[in-house]
Amino acid sequence: MEKSINVTLKIWRQAGPKVKGNFEIYKLDNVSTDSSFLEMIDILNEQLIKERKEPIAFDHDCREGICGMCSMYINGQPHGPDGEITTCQLHMRNFHDGQTITVEPWRSAAFPVIKDLMVDRGAFDKIIQAGGFVSINTGGIPDGNAIPIGKNVADEAMDAASCIGCGACVATCKNGSAMLFVSAKVSQLALLPQGRVEAAHRAKLMVAKMDELGFGNCTNTGACEAECPKNVSISHIARLNREYLSAKFQD
Amino acid sequence: MWLIDSSIGRKLIMSISGVFLVLFLLFHATMNIVVIISPAGYNKICEFLGTNWYALVGTAVLAGGFVIHILYALYLTWQNMRARGTQGYAVTKNQKSVEWSSQNMFVLGLIVFGFLCLHLYNFWFHMQYAELAGVKEAFAPADGASFVQALFSNKIYCVIYIVWLCALWFHLTHGVWSALQTVGLNNKTWLPRVKVISTIISTIVVLMFMSIPVYYLLGLGSCSCC
Repeated sequence: MEKSINVTLKIWRQAGPKVKGNFEIYKLDNVSTDSSFLEMIDILNEQLIKERKEPIAFDHDCREGICGMCSMYINGQPHGPDGEITTCQLHMRNFHDGQTITVEPWRSAAFPVIKDLMVDRGAFDKIIQAGGFVSINTGGIPDGNAIPIGKNVADEAMDAASCIGCGACVATCKNGSAMLFVSAKVSQLALLPQGRVEAAHRAKLMVAKMDELGFGNCTNTGACEAECPKNVSISHIARLNREYLSAKFQD
Repeated sequence: MWLIDSSIGRKLIMSISGVFLVLFLLFHATMNIVVIISPAGYNKICEFLGTNWYALVGTAVLAGGFVIHILYALYLTWQNMRARGTQGYAVTKNQKSVEWSSQNMFVLGLIVFGFLCLHLYNFWFHMQYAELAGVKEAFAPADGASFVQALFSNKIYCVIYIVWLCALWFHLTHGVWSALQTVGLNNKTWLPRVKVISTIISTIVVLMFMSIPVYYLLGLGSCSCC
């Protein structure tokens, strides 16, 4: 059932990477509870443009929860209060009339702020470029039954592959660690025959790049798993540790 | 050297030294229990682990384990604070599934270390060190039971030791499963099991240790029959 609420927004404004930022308070009336969080920000931006003010910069793309671009830290949680969704799938029905909503960018040394709520997540791309691919020739398409893969293994690989690289894990981790992301990217390939060939090499390269880019050390708090919009399990982190350690001990 | 240069390498050192210290705690607690069962038997153990060469080597290795664990804790915590960035969040919300202890391992470690220093002064300084340095103490160096009884006749010390052991319990409940996760001995099925194992081990260790101050606090250790 549609209804309208009035909210107060406390949003982080920062003109550029090197400029000091601060919170600005905005009041927004008659927001439909059926609108999404990003639609609400769109409405606010239209209002700001009409007032000849600078609109709020934020990342977004597909708005259907699969691209991993949206990235707001809403009321102390990445992607807001609803579970297992991205910010674009968050709806205003999760908030009540008169509520103050605090919106911040991802905060981590490896994710510098570009402007307002936008952060530079290029570090994730660099980790993928370091080894998150298959470079061997796997030949033509094999017959479906030629290489049997267990259902549980296929499921596990698919669960790991559901990571959209949004960076919520780094944003919420008290150590700013990227282990959940890296472990998902290593697992999705290491579990299947095509990726298995280069698994050891890949784990070493991706972990080395992750460390180089200034991400923290994982202390297994599990905050990443709790906030992950795709529910990626920390059991992948154990697999990454296993892959990495056995690769290093084999050297 | 990848053990020092990589995050997983550093974590491996942290987990291996941690597991070593947990094994020591199990060993230490098992011996302590003897003081309740038989003070004379406990003194035999104290004599056995006095200033013999193997006891001294053991002490040195153990001290090394503590130093590595503590230095790496400082190093990792410093790195993690740097990775978090200079600007903190204005609002943070704790997740239900995240254990409180896992977020506070460093603080719990500091508490455990502080009381450890007191504990070393209470016993080690008066026993093994006194024997090495040839200092005369109130009791013979191998008369551990008398040292224990003298310290725990003070009720404040009993309470201090119980509080210390509570901090240790929180540190271990996260530490044990975290160490297993770091060495890669974990998966989806075993994750909840490993957590239960971790709680059981830490509870056994802490209960064994705690039974001694509780035993003296209840006044059972000062009766004339033993």
